[in-house]
This record gives sequence, structure tokens and C-alpha cells, in this order.
Amino acid sequence: MPNHGAYPLRSLEDLQAVAELGRQRISPAQPKIMIGMATCGQAAGATEVLEAVREVVAQDKLPYVVSETGCIGWCSQEPLLDICIPGRPRVTYGRVTPARARQIIRALPEPKPQWALATMPGDENTLTGYYTSYLAGEDTPLRGVKSYRDLPLFKRQLRIVMRNCGLIDPASFEEYIARGGYTALWQALRTQTPQQVVDGVTKSGIRGRGGAGFPTGRKWQTVREAPGSPKYVICNADEGDPGAYMDRGVLEGDPHSVLEGMTIGAYAMGASEGIIYVREEYPLAVARMKDAIRQSEVAGLLGANIFGSGFGFTVRVVTGAGAFVCGEETALIRSIEGKVGEPQQRPPYPAVRGLNGKPTCINNVETWANVPVIIARGGEWFASIGTPGSKGTKVFSLVGNIENTALIEVPMGTTLAEIVYEIGGGIPGNRECKAIQTGGPSGGCIPASKFNLPVDYDSLTAAGSIMGSGGMIVMDDHTCMVDIAKYFLGFLEDESCGKCFSCREGTQRLKEIVQRISEGHGVDEDLVLLEELSWMVREVSLCGLGQTAANPVLSTLRYFREEYLEHIHHQRCPAKVCRQLITFAIDPVTCNGCGACVQVCSGKAILGEKNKLHTIEQAHCTKCGACMDICKFDAVTVN
Amino acid sequence: MPTLTMNGITVEVERGTTLLEAAQFLGLPIPTLCHEDGLAPYGGCRLCVVEVVNGAKKSLQSSCTYPALDGLQVFTHSARVEKARRLLVELYVATCPQSKRIQDLASAMGVRQVRYDAKHEHCIQCGLCVRMCEQQMMAGAIGFSGRGLHREVTRPFDTTSDTCRQCGACLYICPVCELRCAGPDAESTLCNGCLNISTACFQTYDNAMCSLDPCHACEIDGPFRADVRVKLQPQIEFPVLAKK
Repeated sequence: MPNHGAYPLRSLEDLQAVAELGRQRISPAQPKIMIGMATCGQAAGATEVLEAVREVVAQDKLPYVVSETGCIGWCSQEPLLDICIPGRPRVTYGRVTPARARQIIRALPEPKPQWALATMPGDENTLTGYYTSYLAGEDTPLRGVKSYRDLPLFKRQLRIVMRNCGLIDPASFEEYIARGGYTALWQALRTQTPQQVVDGVTKSGIRGRGGAGFPTGRKWQTVREAPGSPKYVICNADEGDPGAYMDRGVLEGDPHSVLEGMTIGAYAMGASEGIIYVREEYPLAVARMKDAIRQSEVAGLLGANIFGSGFGFTVRVVTGAGAFVCGEETALIRSIEGKVGEPQQRPPYPAVRGLNGKPTCINNVETWANVPVIIARGGEWFASIGTPGSKGTKVFSLVGNIENTALIEVPMGTTLAEIVYEIGGGIPGNRECKAIQTGGPSGGCIPASKFNLPVDYDSLTAAGSIMGSGGMIVMDDHTCMVDIAKYFLGFLEDESCGKCFSCREGTQRLKEIVQRISEGHGVDEDLVLLEELSWMVREVSLCGLGQTAANPVLSTLRYFREEYLEHIHHQRCPAKVCRQLITFAIDPVTCNGCGACVQVCSGKAILGEKNKLHTIEQAHCTKCGACMDICKFDAVTVN
Repeated sequence: MPTLTMNGITVEVERGTTLLEAAQFLGLPIPTLCHEDGLAPYGGCRLCVVEVVNGAKKSLQSSCTYPALDGLQVFTHSARVEKARRLLVELYVATCPQSKRIQDLASAMGVRQVRYDAKHEHCIQCGLCVRMCEQQMMAGAIGFSGRGLHREVTRPFDTTSDTCRQCGACLYICPVCELRCAGPDAESTLCNGCLNISTACFQTYDNAMCSLDPCHACEIDGPFRADVRVKLQPQIEFPVLAKK
């Protein structure tokens, strides 16, 4: 990071000077090309697109700025490429290939509206509350291209945590400051006492975003009052739920927001050391975070005497080795201490005796990222968003059988129907929505008939699920709920730490019973046993993982009991998923003998010559379903 | 010094005492498989769970690790606790049917059926051997590896350990490495042989433990028999016991 002569930053004026540099980077005088280079983008091929763009710009000696950005949340359209031309709306292109990227760049300033996904005429920064327009004059919409403001996916969103994701270069300290970054830290350190900061957070009503929903203000107050020194603040970024990537999106798209939140929290609680516990499987997030820490240290925003206030704070990154249970706070602390990651008895709570036996505040990535906004705009403003019991917004990763796979941030209290049918765009292929799974493996399935449920901590708990960290898996009518329960139990039997007999053995036995049912060998008594065993595992286990481990079974049993009974009484899987209960056959009328299924059948179970009727020999059929996927004429049926 | 009530009895204990120690001080027997005096509390077997009322929150907590805090209300043998322990012991028998200690617990608690397939897995991972080796024998030659399904007690890298002095303390302390007692039906998962020893039953109370422990009379011809759950009125009043 170049030293602009302003470092270390000591005053608001110093921040303004850096912000000016950042503004020049965000909206330079020449056209700017931005590529979403978060892990999701890279997985979809953004690295190749970036290379192609750089190559074209260099070859043709074009006066364009090429920049990386984080994930804006439109996962189904990755890799995303954005063109920002001064005085004109930002134009987003989706599913860009290197070849198409070259064509787009070479055609500039002609915007190629036939390929464009959306235009962004400006953006609202929730930290400052100001709307910035990109336009020089009138908004001249591109032919047939919708504005972000009119897209169902973005229309209902309110971005507090993701305020900078997809808008700034996450590697640029200046761009973060240009978007109002670190002013909240200055405000807290120079104009408020630590108690005032805690009071502000308490007033905001924010509850922990990691899943359990403990009031953050109350936790901060406890740590602040707890005797002992040094105190620690920890950022829990050990995100491990299948299909959930909210924290990754924030760490990769806006690492400084987490750092700023932690520094404010440390000041409020009197902590001198911060630790960011990230899972090893997020290499880009780890790199971005380490980069951000280094930048902040150079700028004097970490270290001794921040903003000349006399308050000092350091942060380091600790990478976790991939155990799901280390997201549980006491296990996480043990993991940082270098011990086996197993949960411990609470009380004593980490707020009183945590890391190295000292008071420790553990909050999730999202909670920390909310803090600067709460300080900048006040607790009252934050408390005005959401429902009486759950304030603010929540980031969800919307995945599964859904049109718009996306990372979204909506105010608490948005109903599931709005999320699935409006923001998510419904179910692809004109299928029926069956259920939504919230809260990761410890969560539960909520049936489509309950979709008028507002999403907040208490409603989800009452419906037998949990808020969790924010994963949402949408399931269509081709999903078997017994199979889903079996999948999550399989995950949990692997990821239980194994300390409590009830959880270790309980999850294995639950899976054993559910497996038996899915194979058609279940009996009526199995359901009673499932319920009793689930009750015991929930009541007796030590930590949150064990106490919620039976949720996949309990919630599917509660809402989809008849599906279990169908498996037990008639040995039939209504969704046609459970392998032992289905048979594949070829419809003699529709089959034209193309031979495609014969080619893909791994068990050599399909007989028949070219242009003649094919038949499946059941004895050799492994029920993999490959024939069904390949058949263009829907001649393969499943019963 | 924290003051709490256990089964209705008010007790004052030293700071740092666990609920299990407080219960033992009062003579309330709580079953456990992973606790041994002289070894650090672990909380792995979950058999010692008791019902803790802390403010408005009622939950089951392992008494060997839960600290005795001021104002707690503890029930060591409430219906909820008993049900949880019975289900837990049923699971223990299915996992390790050859252990006499587990079979005895099953008999004492009236576990009359095992609805799971027997596994004959010897280790219940109570961690006693690991703690014995580390905390009493000062060797630390064995430990846990893996997690969940793949967790096991083993030596480092599964090889012969130079640290192990082959003292046998791990074998000595293990609650399940033992020969099965020859009950009437030794081959089945559940033994329940001790149930044939019949004793007279005096009183029963809701949410309170039976003072004759182990006593199996209730199971055979008492009020807790599975088919006739008749409630007897207590004839003698014991003021210390909490009645519902």
C-alpha cells in the first residue's frame, strides 16, 4: 500500500485525504472494468475473464482501468463483469466468457445491451445514508436492460453488512475509506466513552448473527464488566454449514468492515487483542483478511494509540482445520489455544472466562460488520429496521432448487414467500416448491404451506427450525424428506466432536434408523424410537451442535410424517429418490432407440440395438439415474 | 459461598464445587460412567445429568461439570431426568452389551427393552483411561483421535508408544473392559438378571429418587411396573423430599 504521507492517520482530516484518493479509484476519469473475483466468481471462471480483459487492454493500449471486486451476490450469473463509464450508469454483464469479455471491451463505449444483465444508475450507502448517482445528466436507460432498482432480486434488499460488497476493490484500503469506512471508528474513539458505545449497540437491539441470537449489547456489557486482563475479541468466521457462504462473501468482499467493527468492539470492552478465526478452506478470505490487517497497521488504525486516543489494539488471523464443531464458541476457543476442538461446559461463559481464562467476546463476521453502521447512524436507526424481537437485516445464501441462486440481505421479518418467490424468482422448471431448509444441518425444514412465516429468530424457532447463520436451501417436489434427513444426519455423525455419548452415538443411531426407513425396512415403532431418541439427544447433549442435531429428523417428522409412513407402509418413495424403493423402466412408446442411455449406463444394464426398443435389466441396474438424465425424449420413467 | 437447593434440600457449598460433588455430599446417588475422584471432570457420558432450574430456564446439565451456583434449584431424579437416563442407558446397552456395569445400570433403572441392533463396540469413549494416563500416571501415552464417527482412543500415530510404561492403569479404570456376568439370558443384548431379586417397596414419590437404590421392586410389582402404573400414596412424610 503506497504511503501517501498521511500515515499514521490521526484525525478526521487525515481520513478525508485518504477518502479522496479512494474516490478517484472508485470512479476514475477513464472507463473502469470491474470483475467479481470472489471465490464464487473464480469458481465460475472469473480468473480467465480477468486475464482476457487485461490482455485486451494491454494489447489494444486502451485507456481503461481494470479492477477486481467482491461478490455482489448474484451467484447464478457468475462470472460478472461490470463497466463503469464516467457520467453513465454502471452496466453488469453475467456469465461472461473470456471471448465475450474481449468483445465487450473492444465494443466500448458501445454498451452491447443485448448481453447486459442490469444497469446501476447509482447506489445508496447505508453507512452514510447518502445516495450517490453515477449519472452526469438524465438517466438514459439501455435498451431493454433493467435497472438494479427494478430487479426483483435487488429491489427488496437492504444492504448493511454487504454495503460495500461488489462495489469496491476489497484489496483497497482507500476505497473502503471513500465509502465512509473508519469514520465510525473515529467517532467511537474520539467522541464516545466505551460505555456509550456499548449502550449504542444495546439500543440497536442487534442479536448475534452466528445463529443462537444472543443480544450482542448484553454480551458486550458482560465482557466490559468482567474482571481480568487482557480481554479478547474474536471474530467467528468458521462457517461450515453446507450451502452457506455469507461470511465468506463479507470477508472476501469487504474485510475492513469486520476489522473496523472489531476495533470498535475492543474499545468498548477494553480488549487489547483480536483474533479472526477463519476456516482453512477459505484461502482467499484468509489472504484478504491478512492483507487488510497489514494495511490497517500501516495506516495506524491497528497498533498503539489509534487516532491519538491512547487506545491500542492488534488483530491476528488463526485458521481452523476444518471441524464444523469449532464454530461453537467454547470449541473455537480451545482450537485457538491449540487444544482439541471440543465444546466445554458453560457456565463459565467465555464472556467471563474465555480464551486463556480471560474475558472474551466472540461474535460472528456479520455481527462485527454491522457495528460500524450502528455507531455511525445510531442504535435507534438500526432498531427501526426489522421486527420487535429481531432488529436489522440478515444475509442469507439462497441455494438449492431456486431460479436466482444468490447472496441476499433483507430486513428481518421478510416472509419466506417473499424470499423464495419474489427475490429468489421461484422454482425452476415449473415445479412445485416443497420446503425450505434454514439454519444449516442443525436447522429444520419448513414446508411451503408455512411460507407466510416472517424470518426472524423467534418465528423460525417456533416453526421447529433455527435462524442459524443464514443458509437457505430451497427444495422442490423432487426432494424426498427422508433422504434429506438422512443427508444431514450423515453430516452430523461425521462432524459431531464425539465427546458426548448422546450426540456421537445418538446421531449414528438416528441415521441408522432413517436409513432403514429409506430402504423400505422401517416399521411403525421406528417413528416412536426416532422421536424418543431425538428428544434424548436434544436434552442431554452439552453443546449447541448436539442440542440441535435432531432438528432435521424432528422437523421433517413434524411436517412430512406421511412421507415417512409411505416409506414404511408401502415401501414407496413419493419423490422417487430413495434408491432401494425405485425402479427405472423405458417407455416402449416414447423410446426411439437412439442408444444414448446404453452408452452412459455404468452397470451395462440397458439392452437393445440401435433404433430398436431398449430395456433395462433390473438385476444389473445400479439406479444411478444416468439414463434418465441423458434421455432427450423422456422415455426413461421411474416408479 | 453459593447456596442452592437439591431435591428441596438447601445446601451451602464451597465456591468451585460441582453439582455432582454437592449431591454426593448430600448422599444423593447419581449414576455416572466417566467420573472418578482424582481425575478432572469430563462430562462425556451424560449419565449424571440433573435438571437445573436457573432463573426461568430449566435444562438438563451434566452434574459433574456444572458449577454449583448461588440460587440454583436442582432435581437429581425428576421424571425428565429419569426418562433421559433410561433412554441413554438403553443406548449404552446397545453399544456395549458385555459390560456388567452398564447391564447393572439398566437393571437398576428399569430398562426393559433395547430397540437398537447390538454393536458390541467395547469402548464407550468415557475418556477415563486417557485422563488416568495423563493426570495420575503422568504419562499421557494415549489420547483421542478423530471426531464423530471416527473418534477413538489410540496412541500417537497408532504406533507403539515410548511413553507408555504398560502400567495397566487404563485397563484398571475402564468401566467396560470386563467379563459379562452370567445372568439368566447371557446371550441377549439386555441381561436384566438382577431384576429377579425382589425387595419390598415402601414409598414412591414423584420427581424424587427411591431411597433404596438399587431397588428393583418397583419394576416387578411396584407402581412403576410398565403395565400397571398405579400411584401409591406415601404413608410416611419425609419433609426433606420435594413432592410435586
